[in-house]
Amino acid sequence: MNTVASTTAGSNSSALSRNKLLDNLLRILTRSAAIAVLVMLGGVILSLIEGSLPALKTFGLSFVHTESWNPVTEKFGAAAPIYGTLMTSLIAMLIGIPLSIGIAIFITELCPPKLKRPISTAIELLAGIPSIIYGIWGLFVLAPLLQKYVQPVLINTFDGVPGLQNLFAGPPYGIGILTAGLILSIMVLPFITSITRDVFETVPPMLKESAYGLGCTTWEVVRHVVLPFTKTGVIGGVMLGLGRALGETMAVTFVIGNAHRISSSLLAPGTTISASIANEFTEADGELYTSSLIALGLILFVITFIVLAAARLMLARMRRAEGK
Amino acid sequence: MNNLDMTLYRRRRLKNRAAMVLSVGAAGAGMVALVWILATLFLKGASGVSLSVLTQMTPPPGSDGGLLNAIFGSVVQTLIATLIGTPVGILAGTYMAEYGRNTKLTMVVRFINDVLLSAPSIVVGLFVYEIMVQPMGHFSAWAGSVALAILVLPVVVRTTEDMLLLVPDSLREAASALGAPRWMVIQRVCYRAARAGLITGTLLAVARVSGETAPLLFTSLNNQFWSTNMNAPMANLPVVIFQFALSPYEDWQRLAWVGALLITLTVLFLNIIARSLSKPSGGER
Repeated sequence: MNTVASTTAGSNSSALSRNKLLDNLLRILTRSAAIAVLVMLGGVILSLIEGSLPALKTFGLSFVHTESWNPVTEKFGAAAPIYGTLMTSLIAMLIGIPLSIGIAIFITELCPPKLKRPISTAIELLAGIPSIIYGIWGLFVLAPLLQKYVQPVLINTFDGVPGLQNLFAGPPYGIGILTAGLILSIMVLPFITSITRDVFETVPPMLKESAYGLGCTTWEVVRHVVLPFTKTGVIGGVMLGLGRALGETMAVTFVIGNAHRISSSLLAPGTTISASIANEFTEADGELYTSSLIALGLILFVITFIVLAAARLMLARMRRAEGK
Repeated sequence: MNNLDMTLYRRRRLKNRAAMVLSVGAAGAGMVALVWILATLFLKGASGVSLSVLTQMTPPPGSDGGLLNAIFGSVVQTLIATLIGTPVGILAGTYMAEYGRNTKLTMVVRFINDVLLSAPSIVVGLFVYEIMVQPMGHFSAWAGSVALAILVLPVVVRTTEDMLLLVPDSLREAASALGAPRWMVIQRVCYRAARAGLITGTLLAVARVSGETAPLLFTSLNNQFWSTNMNAPMANLPVVIFQFALSPYEDWQRLAWVGALLITLTVLFLNIIARSLSKPSGGER
């Protein structure tokens, strides 16, 4: 009798300690996996810095503002890709932001309830299409179209208009900064739209209805109630889209033309940071060439990290203000 | 006075009308873009579809062939990437939702993970080139798989945490009250309750990486021939599309469109399955 009791107690305590051990094991395992995410980010940054050291040592700060990119004389500067990256993203934002906000207004304020889901889904499917598809479509469909119909019109219209004349100068190549910006604007559309729509939905119906009750038109409600209420969230969504546009590679590589120069015309071919890396990395011979491309990657990573971090902070602040 | 009111009223209505027309136009433009892209894909891709696409290797310029080695390479590398990335992601997500809820580590990891979620994928390619390709001295399918795994990870971490947080705490408490230790609660209760969500996350991650090109350009590179050697460069659909689309050869361009159609159908199919799985539980991001 006595022995039986002691053995059950013994197995109980061993089961307990086994459970405790398993629990600790799982805790440590999951914790290390969580830490692995941080280690990965650290690893990416460190490896990029390490890889770009030769270039940064050779060129110093002038790397950022030198335009020349000459593999033969081994003189490399990042000015042209940085300009291209910023310019294409700027165009993408100029077109993408109003379109996205317009779509979000349509979905939240105007759309018949039956159409809401299909349209939201369609816009989100746009986000699912791989970027290389946008690239191949841009090269074979959009670029010829722009070259034939749109660019000649732009060149003729703005010929002689001071300021704008230089922006739309030169022969219509079809590919170039403007085309890349256009493709990017379609690509960022779903990202900005889905976040804008989500934050628009968080506006308390009471606020909107009070404004309608005062006799506001839909536009006035959007402009003076919805937008001020969701400002932080909308800006967060826009920055998220900007982060995407800055780092987008394949779609841009197809249509940018890959020319390492800064021209005043938007119709001229250019390059972006990611397109330069994608086009040249496997063919780069010599340590300095490779290292310069990695330095470009480092610059891109730092820029997008700052933009994306700011976006996340804004969205988090929005969520906190909501009290979630 | 009344007259002034009427003009103001008319102006406001006009402004409203204009804004609404623009908004409808924007929605229309989005739809047109989607339909246009898909229609082009179908028109150009479907005309090139034939049995040989699935039975023959990528051809040398100027001759007919298929995409068999590229399809195989894409499937293998995506599969391995998922096998590496998903367990780590689920574990990390489990920590954030179960053991380390509201800890500082969780907040930092969540923030970094969200940033990694939309970080440029080409940088991941550079990273893997530095840590794998350069030390090993050659491009390899392993490097490609690791690059894709790094892209799988944040997606899975994010959805795992979200889905586990949706599991009501009363379930956990009930299990604990019955004497179940924590690991058993997580494994038998939380994972089971969140299963559909976890599968959704994995599917979305697979959808995300199966079209990725940039991180493969200088990790697994490409291979004109059939290869099952993970230590050698391996063909994959996205890079083949990239190379073939930019080539001047008509056969290659035709195959690029077929490949593009295949990838898009796969990605959209995965997205739709993931969506329908997560619908009943109201899976908001």
